[in-house]
Amino acid sequence: MNFSEVFKQSNQLCKVSPDGKYLATCVQYRLVVRDVSTLQILQLYTCLDQISHMDWASDSLFILCAMYKRGLVQVWSLEQPDWHCKIDEGSIGLLSSRWSPDGRHVLNTTEFHLRITVWSLCTKAVSYIKYPKACQKGIDFSRDGCYMALAERRDCKDYVSVFVCDDWHLLRHFETETQDLAGLEWSPNGCVLAVWDSCLEYKVLLYSLDGRLLSTYSAYEWSLGIKSVTWCPSSQFLAIGSYDEKVRILNHITWKKVTQFEHPATINNTKAVVYKEVERRPAVGSDDLSLHNITIGTTLFNTQSKYEICPLPVQLPVVKPDPDRANPKIGVSTLAFSSDSRYLATKNDNMASVVWVWDMQKMSLEAVLEQTSAVRCFQWDPQRPRLALCTGNTKLYLWSPAGCVSVQVPTEGGFQVQSLNWHCSGDSLILLGKEQLCLCYMDTDQEDK
Amino acid sequence: MGEWWTTVPIGTSMGNYDISSISHVTMSPLRQNNLVSMYSSLPLSKSSYNVISAFCTEDNIPQCISYMNQELASLGLSSTCIEASSPGGAGLSTVPALNAMYELLQIHRRNMGTLEELEKEQLKKSSSMEHMQMNNSRLKDQLELSIREKSGLHETERQLQLKIKTLQSCLKTEKEEVQKLQSIISSRASQYSHDAKRKERETAKLKERLGQLLVDRKDKKLAIDVLNCLGRSDGKRSHWKTAKATASHEGEMYKSLLSDYEASQRALMLENAELKKVLQQMKKEMMHILSPRQLSTRGADSDGEEKAGNSSRETLDQSCEHAREQLTNSIRQQWRKLRNHMEKLDSQASQVQNQLESNKEVIPRETHEDEMERMRHEVQQCKEFIHAQQQLLQQQLNTSFDDETAALLNDCYTLEEKERLKEEWRLFEEQKRNFERERKNFTEAAIRLGREKKAFQEDRASWLKNQFLNMTPFTDRRRCSSSDGQSALSISKFVFKFKKKYADTRFKSRSRVRCGDLSIFSLGEDENSLT
Repeated sequence: MNFSEVFKQSNQLCKVSPDGKYLATCVQYRLVVRDVSTLQILQLYTCLDQISHMDWASDSLFILCAMYKRGLVQVWSLEQPDWHCKIDEGSIGLLSSRWSPDGRHVLNTTEFHLRITVWSLCTKAVSYIKYPKACQKGIDFSRDGCYMALAERRDCKDYVSVFVCDDWHLLRHFETETQDLAGLEWSPNGCVLAVWDSCLEYKVLLYSLDGRLLSTYSAYEWSLGIKSVTWCPSSQFLAIGSYDEKVRILNHITWKKVTQFEHPATINNTKAVVYKEVERRPAVGSDDLSLHNITIGTTLFNTQSKYEICPLPVQLPVVKPDPDRANPKIGVSTLAFSSDSRYLATKNDNMASVVWVWDMQKMSLEAVLEQTSAVRCFQWDPQRPRLALCTGNTKLYLWSPAGCVSVQVPTEGGFQVQSLNWHCSGDSLILLGKEQLCLCYMDTDQEDK
Repeated sequence: MGEWWTTVPIGTSMGNYDISSISHVTMSPLRQNNLVSMYSSLPLSKSSYNVISAFCTEDNIPQCISYMNQELASLGLSSTCIEASSPGGAGLSTVPALNAMYELLQIHRRNMGTLEELEKEQLKKSSSMEHMQMNNSRLKDQLELSIREKSGLHETERQLQLKIKTLQSCLKTEKEEVQKLQSIISSRASQYSHDAKRKERETAKLKERLGQLLVDRKDKKLAIDVLNCLGRSDGKRSHWKTAKATASHEGEMYKSLLSDYEASQRALMLENAELKKVLQQMKKEMMHILSPRQLSTRGADSDGEEKAGNSSRETLDQSCEHAREQLTNSIRQQWRKLRNHMEKLDSQASQVQNQLESNKEVIPRETHEDEMERMRHEVQQCKEFIHAQQQLLQQQLNTSFDDETAALLNDCYTLEEKERLKEEWRLFEEQKRNFERERKNFTEAAIRLGREKKAFQEDRASWLKNQFLNMTPFTDRRRCSSSDGQSALSISKFVFKFKKKYADTRFKSRSRVRCGDLSIFSLGEDENSLT
């Protein structure tokens, strides 16, 4: 495993192009494009204000930079550095900006969700979409880029509009049976749209592409409901994580619950392997604690850690959330399927330092990873069943069915890994710190614990 | 009863009504009076306690007799009448008197007998009564106890009932509370939704207003500033929006949906076919497993029929629901049979296993015990052997290291040497003695030689004298002396020999004395050498 040197970035804006060749990072108001393998700077663009959001177009030729405060969006071309494009939303403000799947339209959500403006870079035409819903996930594009589903709310009712991305033709517009639609997501095969309600009501609705309601699923009433929803890459399963600390799996044929995964505080009677991160502090000499040493020699605080396999029964650390506050830190908030749909990684918010890995073939728990601090981010390798996670310290953790490994990021000055992104080839990882980024190149042979 | 008392002479009775003197007699006052009067006829000097003995006296014999007759008649012994032996006399006719007495005795005995019986019965009855009383008291106690128990149980039952009631009421209250809470929640939810909707409408209005205002304002217009328009990503030209386009979009959408459905249907069909195949195989195998056994129990007809029926039906269209149902039913049936068979086998197997286990326990145990015996025996032998060896070794070790035995051994060794030494001493002594003897012989020989030498010297002297004398003209004597001369020659030879011998022996004897050599017989050699 090789680590590159550390580069500057701001706002955690660092993305690899869809074709995997370039790495774009934002440093304040500059956009830096590097080559992924050599990390040499290929292009450097300067925007008008601090970049709030940056994204690649699907053909990896253009980059969109949005500056929300100014209400501006600037689009840069990789092939033609001279080409420029500036979109000004005016006084209406800008809340979010995104590409369309064909890479030729920019969709801007204005402030207060007043409308969505669709800017065409081909024709400079503008279209508006009214009444977009202000919710967790109101827009989703299907994977093949043909259709866009948009959540709308008119007269206190939820609607879903399906647009054809080619020419923004409204294909279907139907009302949903939700109280307060919180999100929608296309299945990977693009034929089913999953729509779920807010946490006040547990309800998942499945609509076919042509707007017919296929099925409704509701596990229970009254208690706080759905926290997160994700599709399996093969579209076979829909995983629903809820506030009752359980994940329910629906199958695509009957849309009924196949199984549910529970996250108990005490694990016993399971064939899963429980990995526990154990830290080993290096001995500190008392005469060495001069200020100079403390500030400079941060290797003093770089503790070694390794994974130990814990024998059952295992007690996991639980943090009880404050019952009086809204959006309590309890329930399954993060779900991720591996690319081959074999594994599902989940995180339960009141056991924030534990990542659970479930085997979807056996429908049982495969592994439990207990870290020393709260897990901030985990992501599956796009090519193989390998999970990378970080907890905000200087280490990178990798899990694969063969074992578990903890790697220290070898940088001076203490690089705290806040989030990570896999390269689409699965050969490298982009680690993002607070103001820094670092690339980690994987060996082709996976290290085992 | 007082009737016949009237015949008693009254004269004697009227005087005395002393009732108190006969207080122990329990009779009616009339009779008492009469009896008093009768008994007062007795001489008053007698005490009141000797009333019965004072019944008959010399004076009142006839009255007594008549009284007795009356009494006897009243007792039913009318046959015997006591008569006076002689009228006015003091005697009685014995026969009737004795009869009367005998009868009285009989009566008395009978009375006693009945009395005994009555007493016995009375005892019995009293004991039974006691028993009954005891029983009664015991049963009363029991009854009391059971009553108390019953009351206790009643009490507990009541309490439990009470508890049940309270719990039920609690449950009811809880249920009511739950319902209430649910209704509260629902009402609050509806309230919230209503409020939220109201607020939403407000914000929608605000947004509209804002939008209007923003659109109306001209200062900051929204615009796009592009250097040059881009081509479409797929390189084609954009099309006009026409109805045909919409239709084509719809068509596209339906196409994609259909293709997805077809794909899933294909997958399901494949899965279905595989599962059916598996089921069929399972069924065949199950039938196969069951059939050889069932052929022995039942006729093969039913099974064979089933088989044939099934196979024929299955050759029909397999997607037909009827066939599917049949397949599943037949599989269920076979599975049931197999399960029963397995259960039977299981029970049999467990039985056999129990047997086997018990057998196993017995047989191996025997062999095990034999083996154990043998091994113990072996072990014992080995132990003994080792013990013996150890002892011997100990002995041997002890003999080399023990002082006494060492001394003994040493003595043995010195003894051997001593013996040898003795032997050698003996030899030495012997040799010494021999040597002494030789020496003695030799000295004797030397003395003899000395003497002979002296004799020889004398002889010589005389011969020489003779010779000298002879040498004178005495020639005659030559002839005579020739023999003498011969004799002289021989004598000179002899002297010569003798001298030599003497010298030699002297020399040799010295040397022999020095050497101690035993070879004395070398004298003979010299003798030989001289001649």
